[in-house]
This record gives sequence, structure tokens and C-alpha cells, in this order.
Amino acid sequence: MNKILLIIKREYLSRVKKKSFLLVTFLVPLFLIGIYALTIYLTAKSFESNQATVYVIDQSGLFEGKLANTNNITFRDASGDIPAEKEHILDEEEKTFLLIVPSDIAASSHAELYAKETASLAIQNEVSRQLEQVLRDIAFANAGIDRATVESISPEVNLSAKEITADGEKDSSAGAAMGIAMSLSVLVYICLFLYGAQVMRGIIEEKNSRIVEVIISSVKPFQLMMGKIIGIGLVGLTQFILWIVLSSALMGVASAGITDGQGVKAQIENQQIASGDEVQPVATSQGGIFSKAKQELGKVDFPTIIITFLLYFFGGYLLYSALFAAVGSAVDSETETQQFMFPITIPLLFTYILSFGVLVNDPHGPLAFWLSMIPFTSPIAMLVRIPFGVPMWQLALSLALLVGGFVFTTWVAGRIYRVGILMYGKKASYKELVKWFRYKG
Amino acid sequence: MLEVKNIVKQYANHRALDDVSTRVEKGSIFGLLGPNGAGKTSLIRIINQITAPDSGEVYFDGERLNPNHIGRIGYLPEERGLYKKMEIGEQMLYLAQLKGLSRKDAEARIKHWFEKMEMQSWWNKKVEDLSKGMQQKVQFVATVVHQPDLIILDEPFSGFDPVNVSIIKEEILALNRAGATIIFSTHRMESVEELCDSIVLINKSRKILDGKVKAIRNTYRTNTYRVEYLAYEESVLAVEGLFSIENAAHTDGNTTLTIRIAEGKTINDVLAYLIPLVQIHELKEVIPSIHDIFVQQVTAQASNPLIATQE
Repeated sequence: MNKILLIIKREYLSRVKKKSFLLVTFLVPLFLIGIYALTIYLTAKSFESNQATVYVIDQSGLFEGKLANTNNITFRDASGDIPAEKEHILDEEEKTFLLIVPSDIAASSHAELYAKETASLAIQNEVSRQLEQVLRDIAFANAGIDRATVESISPEVNLSAKEITADGEKDSSAGAAMGIAMSLSVLVYICLFLYGAQVMRGIIEEKNSRIVEVIISSVKPFQLMMGKIIGIGLVGLTQFILWIVLSSALMGVASAGITDGQGVKAQIENQQIASGDEVQPVATSQGGIFSKAKQELGKVDFPTIIITFLLYFFGGYLLYSALFAAVGSAVDSETETQQFMFPITIPLLFTYILSFGVLVNDPHGPLAFWLSMIPFTSPIAMLVRIPFGVPMWQLALSLALLVGGFVFTTWVAGRIYRVGILMYGKKASYKELVKWFRYKG
Repeated sequence: MLEVKNIVKQYANHRALDDVSTRVEKGSIFGLLGPNGAGKTSLIRIINQITAPDSGEVYFDGERLNPNHIGRIGYLPEERGLYKKMEIGEQMLYLAQLKGLSRKDAEARIKHWFEKMEMQSWWNKKVEDLSKGMQQKVQFVATVVHQPDLIILDEPFSGFDPVNVSIIKEEILALNRAGATIIFSTHRMESVEELCDSIVLINKSRKILDGKVKAIRNTYRTNTYRVEYLAYEESVLAVEGLFSIENAAHTDGNTTLTIRIAEGKTINDVLAYLIPLVQIHELKEVIPSIHDIFVQQVTAQASNPLIATQE
């Protein structure tokens, strides 16, 4: 037992001390935060610089005084001289447009927007929305329908999803759950391969450098294998925990920044109110998305997700890394691993792909249930289901099966490993692996 | 020290060891000899408890081999290696601790050995930064640092440069004088013949012979002598019933005869005949080397249909 601790310690320290470990540990949260901050920045930026001026030549005369300025667009009347106005646009800076409304717009439903560059979709949408609105009003008036009446009979239903749990009802959060479920499946999928491959590479290295024979004259091959698997697994856990801690710390800092950003938006709105312009609900609806996202995330049970994630990552890691270890012991170089990797990859890849299509949409269906029970697929499948809420007994059963699964795979892998590590320069086949498995002692 | 009894090790389609028994005396230097593929490494792996035999037993100091003995054996495998990216000092500490030493003891002993072998400055270096010869020294220290009672060296001198060979030979002999039992395993029999007290010869998974080197060579004496004399004397001819001439060579005015003495006669009888005839410079008995004995045995075995058909 003492020896296995020594091995774990060496495997752990030799990796944690590496510069690349520190680099990845600190860069990944920074990267995530960077993306987050960039999104916020760009969103805020779009509010500042999107001021466009649209000169309007209204040949129909229907729109005079009816086009409303918004956050992004200011409408100005132009002279009726089309060529002169087009000339004028060329002299102007960017974000200046010329809107020509033909006299027969009511019939043709067609207008033209000129600029030095093609107008952004947001501007196009806003202009056409306003034109439509005015035309609709005219149509209503012609048909003798009062617009206020129409608006008053536009019914709106707010559906709020609630879950019934033993603790009472609580707000459901399907959107956030779906997002988290998918990120978890990606994370586990990548990490199982990442750390599993590290186990495999470590074993190939020991085999290639021939130190393995020195070590197994001191410890049992199984101890060496388990020491390596556990040591690298702890490296993975350390990395996750550091990521979680660093990310939440950085998130805290970034959130403070966002509040500032919202302050800026509020300022812009205030200015526009002060200048007497009509304030459109664009900015407020943006702010609404932020607060709604926050609200949704608030409903998610993060502690449960983090704990189950760590459990399933470690369980799944133990199960798969044992298989990776067996593969590593059977080959002389990484290029030879291909033929054995296939059966290891299949169940993971299968669950991973399903998790996007089927599992997220039907997290409590029979397929999701069975995949989250089978040890080879449960590390991904169960994590996808967790954010949607999973009964305790299913969680317990799945974890128990996972433990059984990795006990089984480590037993099988151990038997192959103890023979494989001493076979140098021999290309192994599946038949050979079975033979090794059957060797006595 | 070590007793191997009726070991059989069967791999899928070949038998690596077939009913091999031998014993190694405490404090001796023992040669485990045989050509490549004879089963030497399989036997060593069983003694090191890396693999287990299908049948048969191994006794270590009278006890059945068990995990407690691991720390008392030092093993230098034929396929040598160290962690390339790990610092030498850390690596030594790790290997010594795996053999059951405490960190403190391990450190003291490693420092002692490093001083002895003039390796102190290597402590913080990585293995990949050392030359091949330096790595071999490190590997040797790793084998003996836990003061094993039994040191097993598999092809110990292959890959070592001549300077290191003599340094390491010296160290091995010193350890032997201090009480350690040494097992040399090699297919180059001449390289260890003069070092070994006893040997076992293995060929094609079976033991051919074992025992004290002197006794073995005595059993295989052929009553052959080499006689050198001044050549201007009249030449010597074989004498029926006394000796026959196997070979005659003339160099620098001398003649060297290889003669085989007839049964029932001794070298003294031959000398009595020769002395009046020639001026003798040198007389030496030709004792077959272990290698010769091995070749002789293997050919005998191959020509023996009883054994040959068992393969």
C-alpha cells in the first residue's frame, strides 16, 4: 500500500510540476473569461457606434413625420433631388443612408436604401419594420379598423415551467439546463480522452525506456498501473478544482465589469431621453436578456452539478483509463495504438453524439435512462441528464454500476498489462491479448 | 541462499523453462549461462517475482519466495532504463523507496554511493542529459543502493564501455566480499567464467549441467596437454599406448604440440619419454572452457535422438 502511494505521488508531482500544467491551468479560465468579456464588450460597443443617419426622400408623401428616431437610427428629411442626394451620400462618412420611398409604395411594397456600403441587417430590419408599421396603419385606417383596438386584443401568455420536487415547487430552467448539459458532455468527452491518453502515453514511455522492468521487480504490475491511473486522475481533479475556483473568482471580477457596462447603457438611454428623442425598447430588451440569463442560471443547482461532474469524471476516467492502460501495455509506440482505440472510442463517441440530439431533448426517456445506467456510457449520459433533475435512486444505481464497471475493466486491463509491459518489439493482436489475459500468475 | 526446484514456465506455444532445478550458495558468485532464448530471463523474472512459475518452487534463504524478499534482491535487467525527464537524485530516491527504504536512509545511501562513484554533481541533472556510460553507472547504483543480499545482473557487461566494465566489476567483487551473493546471467560465457564459483548451463529451456566451475571442468578434462620445446631437436612422434598428437605448430624456432595421453598413463609417463628427446620450455594442461563444454553438450544433445525428438 505504501508503495502504491509512492507511485501515485511520483505520477502526480511529476505532472503537476510541469510548466505546461501551470500554463493550461491558468490559461483556460483566462481564455473563458476573455471570451465572456469580449462578448460583453462587443455588445456594449454596438450600442455606442451604431448611430446611423438615414436621409429620406418620400415621393409618396405617406411617411412624413411618421418615421421615429431610435437608438440606432436618426431619420432626416432630404430634398427631392435624387442625383444630388446620391452625390451627397458619397461625400458623407459611413453610416449615412439614403432611403427612397417611391410614390407607389402602397402597391409595390418596395423601397430602396442607398449607402456607400451595404447597410447592416439591423438597420435594414429597423427601416423596413417602420415602413411596414406606417403602411399597416394606413391599411387599418382604410379598412376602418382602429389600431388601438387591434393592439388591445393581442393576447400574450407567459408560460412558466415549474418542477414538483419533494421540497416543493421550484422554477424550472430548461434553457440553462440544456446549455449546461451540452457543455458538460463536451467537457467529459474531451477530458476522458485527454487524461486517458496521458495514462497510455505514460505506460508506453515506461515500456520504451525499459524502466518498467526495474520497477516491477519492486512492485506488482497492478500496483504500478493503479498508481499511474490514480496519480493522473488526481492531476485531472486538481486541474478541474483550480479551474472552478479560478473561473468563479474571475467571473466575480468580470461581473463587476458588466454592471459597469450596463451603467454605460443606462447613460446612453438617459442622454437620449434628455435630448427629447423617443426611446425605443431596444436597449432595455438587451438588458432584459442579461438579467433573464442571470435569472435562469440562478435556478440551476450548481453544487449538485459540480459534485456529480467530479464523481462521474473520476469514475468514467478510472473505467476508461484502465482500458487505455491495457492498450499502452500492448504496443511499442503511439502509432500502433490505432487498432485498439476503436472499441474504446465507440461508446463514448456514440453517447456524445446522442447527447446533442436525443438526450438533451428527452432527458427522462428510456434511451437516456439506459445510457445513463451502462457504465461505459453513463459518465456522459448521466451528466447530460443531471441539470434536468434526476431521481436519487437512479443516481445511486448508476454510480454503483460505474464502480462495478471500473473494477471490472481494471481487473481485465491488469491481466493484459502485466504481460504486455514485458513484451518488447512484438506486434500484438486481439488474439494475443486474449492469450495474455489467460496467462496464469 | 537460493534454491530453485523443478520450475516449469509455459507460455502459449512454447515452454520457457522445463523442470529446471539448481541452487546458489550463500556468498558465492553464480553464473546463469546459456545462449539467447534459453530461458535465463524467464528464470530471473520468476526469482524477482515478476512472473510466477506454472509449477515448481523457489526458496530464498530456506523460506518459500514471498513479497518480503523483494527488498533483499537487487536486479539489473538486461533491458535497462530510467525515466528520461526525471532528475537523477529524485529518481534514485524513488527507486530506493520502492525497494522499501525510508526516504532518509535512501538519501544517505545514495549520497554515499554517488561520492564513491564520483557522481555527486549529477543529482539535479536529468537522465537525458547524461552520457550512456553515466546512465549505466546510475543504473548500477540503483540496483545495489538498498544493500541487497542477492544481486542479479542480467547481461551486466553488454553495452557498458570497457572503463565502466572494470569499475563495475570491481564494485561487484567488493560487494561479494562484503557478503552479497551475485548471480550473473549471460550468453557470453567467457566473460564471467573466471569470476564464477558455480554455474548452471541452460539450453532450450532445460538445464544441461550445474555445479562448481572447477569440478565441472575437471569432469570434462580430456587428458590433453600442451608441450612447447626447442625445434632443432629431432621431432617427436606419437607413441602408441602412451600419447597421440592432436596438433603441432612451429613458431620462432619453437614447436608446440597438443597431445592426448592414452588411458592408464599419466603426464609423468609422457615426460619420462620426452625428457631425453627434447628440451621442454613449457607444459600446460588443456582444460576445456565452459563454452567448449557447452558446445560439446549441445551437440551431444542434438545427436541424441531421445532428447532431440522431445523438442
